Amino acid sequence: MNHIAPGRNAGVYSYDDIDRRFVAERVEQFRAQVERRLSGELTEEEFKPLRLMNGLYLQLHAYMLRVAVPYGVLTSHQLRKLAGIGRKYDKGYGHFTTRQNLQFNWIKLEDTPAILNELAEVDMHALQTSGNCVRNVTTDQFVGAARDEVVDGRVYAEILRQWTTLHPEFTYLPRKFKIAIMGSDADRAAIRVHDVGVFAKRNERGEVGFTFYVGGGLGRSPFVGKLIRDWVPEEDFVAYLEAILRVYNQYGRRDNIYKARIKILVHELGQEKFTQEVEEEFARLRGPKYRLAPEIVDEIRRRFGGPAFETLTDEPESLQAAKAANPDFARWVAVNVVAHKVPGYAAATISLKPAGGIPGDATSEQMELVADLADAHSFGELRVSHAQNLVLAHVRQDALFTLWTALEANGLGTPNAGLIGDIIACPGLDYCALANARSIPLAQAISARFADPARQQTIGELGIKISGCINACGHHHVGAIGILGVDKKGEEFYQITVGGDPTLTTAIGDILGPAVTADETVDAIEAIVEVYLSNRHDGERFLDTLKRVGHGPFKERVYAAH
Amino acid sequence: MPLIKDGRIVEDAWVAVADGEPVPADRPAIVTFERWQAERASFDGRNAALGLRVKSGTLAPAIAADLDRFALVAIEFPKFRDGRGFSTARELRERYGYEGEIRAVGHVIPDQYQFLVRTGFTSAEAPEHTKPESWAHALTEITVAFQPSLDDPQPLSLLRRRLGS
Repeated sequence: MNHIAPGRNAGVYSYDDIDRRFVAERVEQFRAQVERRLSGELTEEEFKPLRLMNGLYLQLHAYMLRVAVPYGVLTSHQLRKLAGIGRKYDKGYGHFTTRQNLQFNWIKLEDTPAILNELAEVDMHALQTSGNCVRNVTTDQFVGAARDEVVDGRVYAEILRQWTTLHPEFTYLPRKFKIAIMGSDADRAAIRVHDVGVFAKRNERGEVGFTFYVGGGLGRSPFVGKLIRDWVPEEDFVAYLEAILRVYNQYGRRDNIYKARIKILVHELGQEKFTQEVEEEFARLRGPKYRLAPEIVDEIRRRFGGPAFETLTDEPESLQAAKAANPDFARWVAVNVVAHKVPGYAAATISLKPAGGIPGDATSEQMELVADLADAHSFGELRVSHAQNLVLAHVRQDALFTLWTALEANGLGTPNAGLIGDIIACPGLDYCALANARSIPLAQAISARFADPARQQTIGELGIKISGCINACGHHHVGAIGILGVDKKGEEFYQITVGGDPTLTTAIGDILGPAVTADETVDAIEAIVEVYLSNRHDGERFLDTLKRVGHGPFKERVYAAH
Repeated sequence: MPLIKDGRIVEDAWVAVADGEPVPADRPAIVTFERWQAERASFDGRNAALGLRVKSGTLAPAIAADLDRFALVAIEFPKFRDGRGFSTARELRERYGYEGEIRAVGHVIPDQYQFLVRTGFTSAEAPEHTKPESWAHALTEITVAFQPSLDDPQPLSLLRRRLGS
């Protein structure tokens, strides 16, 4: 056993010399691949998947490097390194993505080996953030901290990270493959719109097992994941995934890129036949070779270390007093702060969605500030949420006011987590070669229109999600209000959907009517909100009212002027 | 095309026979799965070794019943990005206990060599333009693996293990 320094951090897997050696070897391997490409030994066609599997993606104007943040958890030390890379090799900022990763949008190919080296210095890499392999696994941004958590999903997400890394059989799949895992009954990871979505849970004996949903996904053919097994014992976790991936690798379509995701295979075979194929493969695979022994799980759990939480009580007097004296702070606590599993602590969302801002963007200075705040208030650990925000997960409730004051002074105190201003948007036509329309300026215009925090709080939970094309990187299908950029004779138009839901009650939104221009879209959102507010009953969320009154009143108002 | 085995170029004892061409009786010969299906009776009584070449869409179960007739199975990669062959090889080894040679043919690149070995391949046909040293180097670049594989008999005692040590 290698010596491991006990982690001071709250929830970050600590690397040992084997982990480090692996990342270093992978950097060298990529450096050699770049050289072989430049010498002509590798064709561009051959080099492309190799660079994609190292996170390097060619966008509209430049290379983009997508850095893996495994299950969205990182240390302050790592965030400072990302800030430094942003300053040195990009334009002084980075962009947090819906897959809990970080993208640098302005990278030079020749700089990438040096950047990967810098990342390796802080135990980071860009592996498998692109390409037709199993991608970085995503989870709940409150993992290991949420009061409603049943199983600590970090441990299993880390097991998945290891198991998927350079998997010899599953690195040239028909298409990309995304796994999400949740360890509580709530769904904060959009489980049923992933290729594989997993709920970790406990049986009556307290043993850990997993519920598997397969074949969810957005893009041009959205599907909600199908339940294929309610209980997979912990020891079979890896074997069951091997079985799913093997069925997909063998039978997934390779003749048409748009039909190559596992959702199409599940759809074409049917849920029953697909499940049967997996079960047969699983029955053969099950055995000592693929058994996830409890000792492995314990060892990986140990590597997370853990902070020494103090014995405190919820709602300390100082917090109550600060809230009473400062309504802005009280609003931020009400909107951006959630309960922690340990009394007296809380998890705070740092919104990267200021009114008129670019969703998910953070400057190098902001990253450094957040790193300092993580050191001061959250055991040096922080998270990236799939909503493109940052989270300090272990803040003492009596320190929330100090934290908020620092955030507020630096433009990071926007109280809109989960509200209408907390817009998820893909990079769109400003960056992406696939996009039909821009996403970012529209997100900026909408958040500017709804800038008033009091109004946002009145409107309540309402997710807007914007994709610049049908590939749906902005998850528009599952936005309570979804916006899809379309191209109409060279002009940008936007199609509005309503009723999408990424949580357990997963639903794909319905198209409200014909696509409209960007300006009209902002007005349409406002019209939808007004119809909701004038129709809602006490305690109803937007989705509840929509369900009760139907699309009619919304459609009528939005298209009244047309 | 150069044949790679154990990280270096070796002499190929096998002859690949195109459909319609006569199959030499006195030396190891590889025939296509289609020919085998159509003419299997013609191979009765053959003494020299026989190999079978399968397309990437022909999966292990399709050839399982006849495996004991073949000293070699050549799995085709129409494009190196078509990774079905990795599963086919693994199934031949783990599910059907096949112990003959498994050869990757078609389009494979050195960057896949370690994956080929770890899923049960024993040899690979390299494209003309790749360098032999890239194949040799490919087996030593990464020395850590996170999954059990064919070249590593021990059970999943830990996810991480060192290769070749």
